[in-house]
Amino acid sequence: MSQSAGAAEPQRITYREACKQGIRAAILADPRVFLMGEDVARYGGCYAVTKGLSEELGEDRIRDTPLSEGGYVGAGIGAAIAGVRPIVEIMTVNFSLLAADQIVNNAASISHMSGGQFAVPVVIRMATGAGRQLAAQHSHSLEGWYAHIPGLKVLAPATHEDARFMLQPALDDPNPVLIFEHVMLYNREDVLDPAVTGVDISTAQVRRAGRDVTLITYGGSLFKTLEAAEALQAEGVEAEVIDLRVLRPLDTPTLLASVARTHRVVIIDEGWRSGSLSAEIAARIAEAAFFNLDAPIRRICSAEVPIPYAAQMEQAALPQVATIVATVLALVRSR
Amino acid sequence: MNDPAMPKVHLDRTHLRHLLTAMLRIRRFEEKCFELYQTEKIRGFMHLYDGEEAVSVGVIEALRPEDAIVATYREHGQALARGIGMNPLMAEMYGKLEGCCRGRGGSMHVFDAATRFYGGNAIVGGGLPLAVGTALGDKMLKRNSVTACFFGDGAVDEGSFHESMNLASLWKLPVLFVCENNLYSMGMAVERAEADTDIGHKGVAYHMPGEVVDGMDVVAVEAAARRLVAQVRESCVPCLLECRTYRFRAHSMFDAQAYRGRAELDVWRKRDPIVRLQAWLAETAMLHPDEIDRIEAEVAAEIDAAVAFAEAGTLEDVKDLERFTIMDRVPQ
Repeated sequence: MSQSAGAAEPQRITYREACKQGIRAAILADPRVFLMGEDVARYGGCYAVTKGLSEELGEDRIRDTPLSEGGYVGAGIGAAIAGVRPIVEIMTVNFSLLAADQIVNNAASISHMSGGQFAVPVVIRMATGAGRQLAAQHSHSLEGWYAHIPGLKVLAPATHEDARFMLQPALDDPNPVLIFEHVMLYNREDVLDPAVTGVDISTAQVRRAGRDVTLITYGGSLFKTLEAAEALQAEGVEAEVIDLRVLRPLDTPTLLASVARTHRVVIIDEGWRSGSLSAEIAARIAEAAFFNLDAPIRRICSAEVPIPYAAQMEQAALPQVATIVATVLALVRSR
Repeated sequence: MNDPAMPKVHLDRTHLRHLLTAMLRIRRFEEKCFELYQTEKIRGFMHLYDGEEAVSVGVIEALRPEDAIVATYREHGQALARGIGMNPLMAEMYGKLEGCCRGRGGSMHVFDAATRFYGGNAIVGGGLPLAVGTALGDKMLKRNSVTACFFGDGAVDEGSFHESMNLASLWKLPVLFVCENNLYSMGMAVERAEADTDIGHKGVAYHMPGEVVDGMDVVAVEAAARRLVAQVRESCVPCLLECRTYRFRAHSMFDAQAYRGRAELDVWRKRDPIVRLQAWLAETAMLHPDEIDRIEAEVAAEIDAAVAFAEAGTLEDVKDLERFTIMDRVPQ
């Protein structure tokens, strides 16, 4: 990867802009790559990620679709099998349910079902998560459902580097890759490290080292967790923060290595608790590192309600910094 | 075989023999499959095409090797007509490693990269968006290929039908939508499922040209398919072909057929596409009865060989269970 815009000077940009740079670079690098989705071209994307790109790259490469999630996601899958490299954008994960048949029954199944005759190199991006008062049909965190499905890879870029650089390895991957972008990250500003010119899509990363407790999270909850870790430091607790980055396949070794150091685990997941990704992570740690644990595994998840509109109700439903801090303090002080 | 570039059907002896043979291969292959199902050599869901052979044979006659096919779970006919070998197809029915999908797909999920055969889709209507996609990919790669997308009347009830028809027409994609209207989606009669039972007419809503054809007449199907495929290829606009047909057997192997009467079946039996073609060939003296016997003998021998091939086949090692769930490369 060499075409990172702006080269040597560190750029302070939004996460949205990082996503956009990644899309632009991928389309310029390969004539087979194009993006399609609802209102991605003339409107500029419902979260403005693709704003201006259709003028620059043309409406064949940034392709507006009708409101036919099952139709155009299926078309992306078919086109990928036929030899092009579609990036399909779905406005939010809630809408992806209209295309779930195509994602689960076709994209995830065709390689195995055909005895390995076909690969399905499609990338499907979508927004996920709550925090913008968009209520119950635009705010859910259903990435854990997709992480349940064999045949898919599921990514959750939280940092600017991941937002910028995960797309290219996702396109290079011969498998269907789903990318979940948390809605609260789009406006987040940060410096895009000019030293980073590419990232992997296979490992979890330790975003903050610590010896007392392992906090496992991803996506929109990463920055809440890092903020909690700061607060915990003031209380004399050194928290290690792991950003999963890849929700399927899970990088279990990185999680277990951290647990071996800290002996305590708290999982922060904006998905609901029941049957969730956090449950899967807790189970894996319990299965493989039970005797390394000094305390029960704790989970901080969304309240088990459809996410409500009213701000105080919405916030009450979501994992919060104060909850993370209190849970960790109770855990480490129970020794 | 006729040149697929020619929009017209040439009714010479060689071609008619070919059409009859193609339909008989499907009919007799499935009769054998039915038998093998009774003896539990074949398991799972199996949907027979008995009565509908003229549709796949006629349409696929109009295609070129570079064209693509998306079919349904009732796809043995399309698979054989497209040129997937009877040996790997039978081995797939047996669940053997030598099957076209290593025995992983079975009757409902036949795939074949060599002939661009993209399933074998067992979600009703699920194949239509895929066909829009293969056509989009082919158009972007300037392949001048047509995707023939087969689906039943039941798929017309699904939203994916309407989304796919709209997308293909809006984007001017080279898809031939082929509705195999056999009057029932499982047990649901088309007049109980569709506010307007004229499926061919539904193309009008999407500015899509099309034809309605007697799906029990292989020559008529081929002629219509040739006209429409030529139009799709030359003008790069999708077309809709409704083939009115009938399945003589049950929906699957578990169906008491309480939803239709014997009299209806008897009426349609008289229109059997194979019987009709044979009768016409005899009337016009195009094919000597001895020649038909010879075809039957050839087909029987091919089926015997396919059964022997499947019987002799091996089972995939269960250690490969997870192989191809995640691919390490795009197969070339």
